[in-house]
Amino acid sequence: MTLLDLPEAHSLHAKQHPAAHEDDAELTEKTVFGFWLYLMSDVVLFATLFAVFAVVGRSYAGGPTGQELFDLPYVLIETAVLLASSVAFGFVTLAAQDNRKQATLLWMALTFAIGAIFIVMEVYEFHHLIGEGAGPDRSAFLSAYFTLVGTHGLHVFTGLFWMIISGIQLARDGLTATVQRRLGLLGLFWHFLDVIWIVVFTEVYLIGVL
Amino acid sequence: MADHKTEHLPGAGASLHHYVRGLILSVILTGAAFALVMMHVLPRNATIVVILALAAIQIFVHLVDFLHIDSSLEQRWNVYAALFALLVVGILVGGSIWIMFNAHERMNPGMPGMTMTPEAF
Repeated sequence: MTLLDLPEAHSLHAKQHPAAHEDDAELTEKTVFGFWLYLMSDVVLFATLFAVFAVVGRSYAGGPTGQELFDLPYVLIETAVLLASSVAFGFVTLAAQDNRKQATLLWMALTFAIGAIFIVMEVYEFHHLIGEGAGPDRSAFLSAYFTLVGTHGLHVFTGLFWMIISGIQLARDGLTATVQRRLGLLGLFWHFLDVIWIVVFTEVYLIGVL
Repeated sequence: MADHKTEHLPGAGASLHHYVRGLILSVILTGAAFALVMMHVLPRNATIVVILALAAIQIFVHLVDFLHIDSSLEQRWNVYAALFALLVVGILVGGSIWIMFNAHERMNPGMPGMTMTPEAF
């Protein structure tokens, strides 16, 4: 664009730029707050499921107990995997701030891969439990367990899907204001899911085997 | 550095040391919680209290180092929304446990908490 090198074009650009910048900033601020409100409503959704588990989590109906079913070393690995994925997204945020498109894409691919390992581990765990006759229909405890952990897993799955979409947009458009904004929201969502998991492993698995 | 495209995003102003600190603290807190339960160091009730405290601390660490919540003026409404959500969570979880355990105690004859006889109703 040779036109932009002309002095007039420069001053024109400088005059228009602050307004566009303000619009972008205001939109970003509003969007982030709106998404934050969604996350808070998700907190309430998870709180109901946690409350249900707290109430019926020991109603085994003569079936297997958490102590018999849960394999803590396996859960510890799941926890480590999800934490690693959350930290990996931190590097997505840092690379995006530095306007490094390739690095952003690479870190997002890594975040996706680690997140996918978590989902595979969880699906395997569910499959194993159902195979042992400990499916969601066995007892109130297992109904609450599958609903709570499954809802979290569904969120993680949604996050992975979102990463694919964002990856495509990023590859196509580069780090535009819109892509940056969406990556910011995805980051909030991804870190939020790790916060929920802290309560899951503490209430369901750790207290569950005590 | 955050430019105009990122300055209002969550994570604006985040730097590497946030994520490193968050990772190290999370590994310590999670490791301590699992170790306490797997090695049976403390009595059952003490273990529950300690791992709940560890979870609360880790949530705080994640909020500060990963979600970058702070007390800045710009984030005031986010924090208000979070506090309101916390109130709802408290009512939901605390209220459910309170009501359901009371009902449970009163409806199971022979439970230690059973003080009233059916004739009393």
